[in-house]
Amino acid sequence: MRRMVLFLSLLSVPLAAPAAGSAGADLDPVEVSVRDTVSLQNGAKLFVNYCMSCHSARFMRYNRLARDLDIPEDLVKKHMIFNDGKIGDPMLVTMTPEDGEAWFGVAPPDLSLIGKLRDPAWLYNYLRTFYLDDSTVSGWNNKVFPNVAMPHVLSDLQGIQKAVFETRQDRNGSTHDVLVGFELVREGTMTAHEFDDAMRDLTNFLYYMAEPARMVRITWGIWTLLFLAVFGVLAFLLKKEYWRDVH
Amino acid sequence: MKTMIMNLMEWVDARFPLSRATREHVTEYYAPKNFNFWYFFGSLALLVLALQIVTGVLLAMNYKPDADLAFASVEYIMRDVKGGWFIRYMHSTGASMFFVVIYLHMFRALLYGSYRNPRELVWIVGMVIYLAMMATAFFGYLLPWGQMSYWGAQVIVNLFETLPIVGGPLSEWIRGDYVISDITLNRFYAFHYLVPFILAGLVFVHIVSMHKVGSNNPDGVEIKKGPKGNRWSEDAPKDGIPFHPYYTVKDLLGTVIFLAVFFAIVFFMPEMGGYFIEQPNYEPANPLKTPEHIAPVWYFTPYYAILRAIPSFAGTQVWGVLGMFASIALLFVLPWLDRSPVKSIRYKGPITKFSLTVFAVTFVVLGWLGTQAPTTNLTIMSQFFTLAYMLFFLLYPCFSAAGTGLTLVARALLGLSVGMVLATIFYWWVLWSGGPTAAVRALYTLLSLVILFVMGILPALRPDTVRPVPERIEK
Repeated sequence: MRRMVLFLSLLSVPLAAPAAGSAGADLDPVEVSVRDTVSLQNGAKLFVNYCMSCHSARFMRYNRLARDLDIPEDLVKKHMIFNDGKIGDPMLVTMTPEDGEAWFGVAPPDLSLIGKLRDPAWLYNYLRTFYLDDSTVSGWNNKVFPNVAMPHVLSDLQGIQKAVFETRQDRNGSTHDVLVGFELVREGTMTAHEFDDAMRDLTNFLYYMAEPARMVRITWGIWTLLFLAVFGVLAFLLKKEYWRDVH
Repeated sequence: MKTMIMNLMEWVDARFPLSRATREHVTEYYAPKNFNFWYFFGSLALLVLALQIVTGVLLAMNYKPDADLAFASVEYIMRDVKGGWFIRYMHSTGASMFFVVIYLHMFRALLYGSYRNPRELVWIVGMVIYLAMMATAFFGYLLPWGQMSYWGAQVIVNLFETLPIVGGPLSEWIRGDYVISDITLNRFYAFHYLVPFILAGLVFVHIVSMHKVGSNNPDGVEIKKGPKGNRWSEDAPKDGIPFHPYYTVKDLLGTVIFLAVFFAIVFFMPEMGGYFIEQPNYEPANPLKTPEHIAPVWYFTPYYAILRAIPSFAGTQVWGVLGMFASIALLFVLPWLDRSPVKSIRYKGPITKFSLTVFAVTFVVLGWLGTQAPTTNLTIMSQFFTLAYMLFFLLYPCFSAAGTGLTLVARALLGLSVGMVLATIFYWWVLWSGGPTAAVRALYTLLSLVILFVMGILPALRPDTVRPVPERIEK
């Protein structure tokens, strides 16, 4: 029994993600929760209004969104479906990949699964760290995704910021410009705090959209484990009873 | 009613040995009474195989083996198929848990010498099952058609390309194309569906051959050779108890505990932090975009680490591939490498216990190394542990041959091992002088020599002590 406890405790050693790759330590943390319906609704609103000009979510259906986010279907139809799409349709865009490639140099990727492909903290920081950069084609650059093709679509909300660099020496003695912060050059319609909240909602929505089953998964898990706990007690007593006569 | 069932049974028994098979394999199969924790994993492996087949068939009803549709069909299962996400997570978790269970099952055999005479064939068939599992897992991993599916398959099929002369045509023949493509996806799907049923057949052979010779146990005592007569039968082993109901109720408890772990993963962390489902696999396969870091799933990584550890030589990388296959082949011959007069670790000496610990640590560390992007230091670490892995098997005849002196085979393998260690150390020191610091090289050299001394030289000077095995199972 002692050995078994040891074994089980070894199993519970926290596992570090082997391929988390881009999620560096200097990312601002963000809390996501698929139970926060208000946040998800606001995130969906931002997604449909800003992201879906170019990015599709081809694995996500409007009526699934309506159901999971507690939005009446007629409101979804009225405010979220801008073409003549039906409520059961996937969330597609009219822009073709060819157009995207011609306009931005790369076709805007589908975002259905971006919440799985990227960690929430990465998305949250990516959305907030666009800055002016004369050296790129779009005039924009990004702290966590250097030289990204996408321009800062949310600049009217956040305002326009430029990056502050500091020259630092590395171990070998050569100097590098390190991005240390941002400076707002033009105000947006939101304060910094409001914008952070909005981006948290958008991140939360992307996180939900990557796996809508998250909505029920945890609940199923708790019930399953409760069932197994009861079953386990019975199985233990049964085993004990049968094995009483083995010496 | 009762007579009707009895009559039916009689009718069947006259045509098929149903009652006899039930008696021989279940109700009157006498298993040693001292099975411990390690003996849960056989029945658990059977459970996971059944789960994989059932969930797999359900997934196949909605999956499309087509390069244009595969990725989307998996997402269709995850979103639009009722309970589809649950079935898929059971299948993906099941694949990894199958290997967890099998690795523990195999380690049990190493601990208690379950591969020893008369169970060599049980072990060999088990190893073939293990190969079939690896093949199935490899075929199945391509099917979601994500980036890691695609590039993982690309890397592994490319291994065959390193073989001289036949390499190129062989890998092309496997893929059916010059790169992994729709054609490859289709044939991998066909094999992924086929191999599990072959595997099930092999499991049948595994169990039948095990029941023929009887189960081993933590004491390594042959209960069939011990005194006869128990409560149920006069000529059954005294230390045996009927598999049913004793081990069926015990395995039921094991099953419930296992399922609690299994479903905790399925519901709370189905990706297991990137170990069970890798993050880049949420991006559709793209032949034009190589991921930053390609690593196979965790259950292949010990072998992958060995593959990467062995450097190319004489203009070919085939050595790494050969080393990798050798590391699996060595497992096959284990029954003949173990020369110990006793089976169980309980009665083996400190040298053997030390060696087995080194091996267990080696396997885990190699597994971790295989998930990491290579750096100079990690490569040296991989080389050291690759060496430790090989030495464990090659020196097994030396350190296990307690009191019996070194046989000719043992001496030959000892010589081979010494040569291997020296060659490797030479490699670190001379050819790789630009890499690690002198201190690091000295450390690994020292560790290699310690292992070589304890496993290879020490047993020749002072044979490992073996405790006497009792006549009967000690409770």
